[in-house]
Amino acid sequence: MIEQPRMVKICDVVEESPGVKTFFFKSDLDFVPGQYIMVWIPLIDEKPFTISYIQKDIVGISVLKRGVFTHALHKKKAGDLIGIRGPYGKGFNLQANSNSCVVGGGIGMASLTTLVDRLTDATIIQGARTVSEIIYRKRFPGMKLCTEDGTAGFKGTTVDFLMELLNTQTYSKIYTCGPEKMMYKIVDLAKKQQIECEVSLDRYMKCGFGICGQCDCSGQRVCIDGPVFNTTELNKMEDFGKIDILKTGERVNIHNR
Amino acid sequence: MTSVDLSIQLCNLTLRNPTILASGILGTTKALLKRVAGNGAGAVTIKSVSREPREGHKNPTVITFEGGMLNAVGYSNPGVDAAAREFSCLQEVNAPVIASVIGTQKEDFARVVEGLSGAKFSAIEIPLSCPHTPGFGLLAGQGTPEATFAITSEVRKITQLPIFVKLSPNIPEICTIAKAAEDAGANAITAVNSMGPGMVINIEAKKPVLDFKVGGVTGDALRPIAVRCVFDLYKAVKIPIIGVGGISTGRHAIEMMMAGASAVGIGTGVYYRGIEVFKKVCEEMAQWMEENGFDKVNKIIGAVHD
Repeated sequence: MIEQPRMVKICDVVEESPGVKTFFFKSDLDFVPGQYIMVWIPLIDEKPFTISYIQKDIVGISVLKRGVFTHALHKKKAGDLIGIRGPYGKGFNLQANSNSCVVGGGIGMASLTTLVDRLTDATIIQGARTVSEIIYRKRFPGMKLCTEDGTAGFKGTTVDFLMELLNTQTYSKIYTCGPEKMMYKIVDLAKKQQIECEVSLDRYMKCGFGICGQCDCSGQRVCIDGPVFNTTELNKMEDFGKIDILKTGERVNIHNR
Repeated sequence: MTSVDLSIQLCNLTLRNPTILASGILGTTKALLKRVAGNGAGAVTIKSVSREPREGHKNPTVITFEGGMLNAVGYSNPGVDAAAREFSCLQEVNAPVIASVIGTQKEDFARVVEGLSGAKFSAIEIPLSCPHTPGFGLLAGQGTPEATFAITSEVRKITQLPIFVKLSPNIPEICTIAKAAEDAGANAITAVNSMGPGMVINIEAKKPVLDFKVGGVTGDALRPIAVRCVFDLYKAVKIPIIGVGGISTGRHAIEMMMAGASAVGIGTGVYYRGIEVFKKVCEEMAQWMEENGFDKVNKIIGAVHD
């Protein structure tokens, strides 16, 4: 396997919300939900994104406009080329009839979409700051919504919502992706009810195949040992929910970021 | 397992086996060093530390090709103060830890070594040979006998720890540079750093793949060159040599030691065979030694010169 980007042609661009676009391209990627690809824009940068759509040989990634790279990506149109390499990492452990709950926060929802596609009867929860940031509403009609300002669904965080939900409902598994503080609270909540969690972590990445050490989280390489970790693994990862790692490699308090 | 003795003496250090995690691979945090040591490395090297924090080059920084790997990470590191905090309590790492120290001026090297002096490092490595970071190594003219002598002497003044000087395979007179290091008080030579730089172009994008355009070449393509450098150095200097370049199997390690290496660095091998590469290489070395009538690994060192 040669770890180099191959160029693919964007065939469609769909606006999911004012800040999020999905870019579709043709590719024969063989991947497990939760895995990611490195996306390259020549002369700009390369960043990891999870696959958010897969229909036969058409693959999509959903991208929140945030920094220099994602601004450049948002300018791309159908017909433009981007480089991709991967898929990389360890994805979710799928249990089709597992009575699962899936909790996405912000753009973290994108990492969970292909998982939701393969689960039956999962409860899907999406949290956002406000209604305009909600994505995939048509795609997952039964999705429970939480907004911090109450403009859609439950007023409050996904953690508050889940806490109430767990009074009347139980699950054998919770899958989550979103801000790490949110995921930390969900794992904590789930532990009290003996529900196993799988979370998808985000760290600044370089190589993607486990050699540079940039994405360390307590000795686990998020790029290859993760990005998905389960409760048992997270119990041994002291940095989870507490420490992030800067581009320089400095470990810093996640709450100060 | 087997009854062969893989332990080696390197300067004043005793290593349980000759495999050393090479600098720049996984050595970003103490947690990762612990994990590599737990996977059998005889010693581990941290990712190089400079005075000030550095973000390094933009991505792509590391790619592979048919013959190995190409990287231009650009010495990202948190700077000496944060590194000193990260690498405190090194006794938690179950193997000697080597500090890799970089600088632009010779005074920078001294300042970093001083800054790390509170941590329990077992040796200092100074790479004067990076081919892809402006201000450092080859791009700062550190790969000459004069610069090597000057920088090594500066570091020698302020530390009692063994000093390893890491050299470039690019330079035909590698032995002259090694002798300059030895004369300045270096205790070992690490041979070699990545070669090149090289370039890989994506022909559809019509652009070099690495953001820095060029990067150091490591892995299989580097191995015969590294073996030749070590072979030459063994005859040229009296201090021990750590052979680095394309080692990912026990046979590779034995080949490098026969050329004259007292220990072997493993970097790109982590890509080829995972973090378990250290354990695998040791097992393969032990098996080969048993089959070929060697009871102690140190008897292999320089065997090709007999």
